[in-house]
Amino acid sequence: MIQDLVIAVVYIGYAVTVLLVFGTVLTWVERKQAAIMSDRIGANRAYVRIPFTQVKLVWWGLFHGLADGLKMMLKEDFKPDSYDRVGYALAPWVVFTPVLLVFAVIPFGGTLVPATLFSAVPAVADWFGERTYPLQIANLDAGILIVFAFSGITIIGAMLAGWSSNNKFSLLGALRAGSQMISYELIIGLTVLGLILIYGTLDLGQIARHQSGVLLGFLPAWGIVYQPFAAILFLVAAIAENKRIPFDLPEAESELIAGYYTEYSAMKMGLFMFAEFIEIAIIGALFTTLFLGGYNLPFMTDSGFVLPGGHSIELPHFVVVIVQLAVFLVKVLIVCSFQILVRWTLPRFRYDQLLRFAWKFMFPLALANLIVTAVVVWAVQAIGAV
Amino acid sequence: MNKRPYRRKQYWNRPTMTWWERAYLPEILRGLAITGGVFMRNMWRWITLRKGALTTYYPEETRADYAKGNRGKHILTQRPDGRPQCIACNMCATVCPAKVIEIEAGFDPNDPVHPKYPVRFEIDYSRCIFCGLCVEACPEDAIRMVKEVPNLPTYDRDSLWLSLDELLNWNPQSDVAKPYPPAPVSDKTR
Repeated sequence: MIQDLVIAVVYIGYAVTVLLVFGTVLTWVERKQAAIMSDRIGANRAYVRIPFTQVKLVWWGLFHGLADGLKMMLKEDFKPDSYDRVGYALAPWVVFTPVLLVFAVIPFGGTLVPATLFSAVPAVADWFGERTYPLQIANLDAGILIVFAFSGITIIGAMLAGWSSNNKFSLLGALRAGSQMISYELIIGLTVLGLILIYGTLDLGQIARHQSGVLLGFLPAWGIVYQPFAAILFLVAAIAENKRIPFDLPEAESELIAGYYTEYSAMKMGLFMFAEFIEIAIIGALFTTLFLGGYNLPFMTDSGFVLPGGHSIELPHFVVVIVQLAVFLVKVLIVCSFQILVRWTLPRFRYDQLLRFAWKFMFPLALANLIVTAVVVWAVQAIGAV
Repeated sequence: MNKRPYRRKQYWNRPTMTWWERAYLPEILRGLAITGGVFMRNMWRWITLRKGALTTYYPEETRADYAKGNRGKHILTQRPDGRPQCIACNMCATVCPAKVIEIEAGFDPNDPVHPKYPVRFEIDYSRCIFCGLCVEACPEDAIRMVKEVPNLPTYDRDSLWLSLDELLNWNPQSDVAKPYPPAPVSDKTR
């Protein structure tokens, strides 16, 4: 049992590190990508000086995230005159914590066999014995339900922040956030239902494993191939769920100052921002797991590459694990970059357009997608093929 | 009360959308392709060690597109031997509306043609209004304004006083307004 604990601690450390690094680096990626998209240079002045020398490390402005974080920490925590103490203090954490927890059920790699990995050190290999661990913190049957449950808590945090600040802009932002997030939560659920019908499981690890195969001999059996329509709907709804431009009505700065966190300052405001950036990474990870084959490269299994011509390349276990971890991170980064591209391309919706878009356009489409999927799955099962 | 129902005003240039534009998604994809294309183009320039931005790094670079007649920083023209052409007549300091020019004259017995020369010539850029009157007032074409702007940002008010050394660093080899003869080779040197 102690072996399981060690592995779990290592996984949790890895996941938290990845998320915090993503949260910090994405602020930089967002600035730089926006700058390059609009023929600018972007933030490039913050530097770290190596002590006792005059060597200044600028590194294309990578340290701006660090400088921002430091500034947030050291700023005065400015509070409104009348506010609800408990709710006000609690809200940032209610927004921030579930975002981190969602990653617990997302598989970030294939199966880890410690005995093979540590075969050079017999003591460690013997200690682990025959145990194998999927690279996933919580190997739960109800993986997707956990994701929905935690993103539901985020809504409460936003509402709480708006309500406890005792500010009309905050309240308006919170109301907008509530209605918008609940609407789009529904659409995310409906789009994912189609995938659940196809794979027949709620376990994200199982879903990722299903996508390692090959379809029709050459196509990777990724979710986006089965459900291209649902993939687009999911991404749109997820961006709306994260309240980013073009769906940033709850914090529309030209209408509501900063929406539900108008009255927050210093690191409490930083937590809201940080949660938003980590959620970009979480959306990337979810989209990767559900639609882009998770940690799978095309034609790659846990033992190595199996090419369509009948060739196969065996790879040692540690290479496979590293490749899978890297492939997952690269896919997440690409999806994050796409979200940033969307954010710096499209203008903001009007509020009535936003809800009409959700309920009159995306909701019927998601339902239609679900029905078509259900009929096709039923027909395939009735024929008995596949 | 016979109130007419509200009818939206029709403009002569009311935009009409085709069904393709109305479908929304293709147009969004087109927009994403445009911005993504710009990103790719600029990123490729950065990767191949060129500049992928229109920005001029401010203190490090000077922009190349100042107008020809831009009134930027002052310079003092020089005689062929490098001495300032200025005769310290104080006309620029007199005409200056902001009173930023300070000149201290000196006497040079070795140069009987121009015995008066500036020992000290200072311009206070913290108050200069860049009107160019000093250039017009100068009888000797000794002070001019070039199109490049002075490097003004500083942490210290005192460093906005530019002295003779900074003003004399303009040293062209040929000049349209005034031909520079080669330096005299006589033994009567300074």
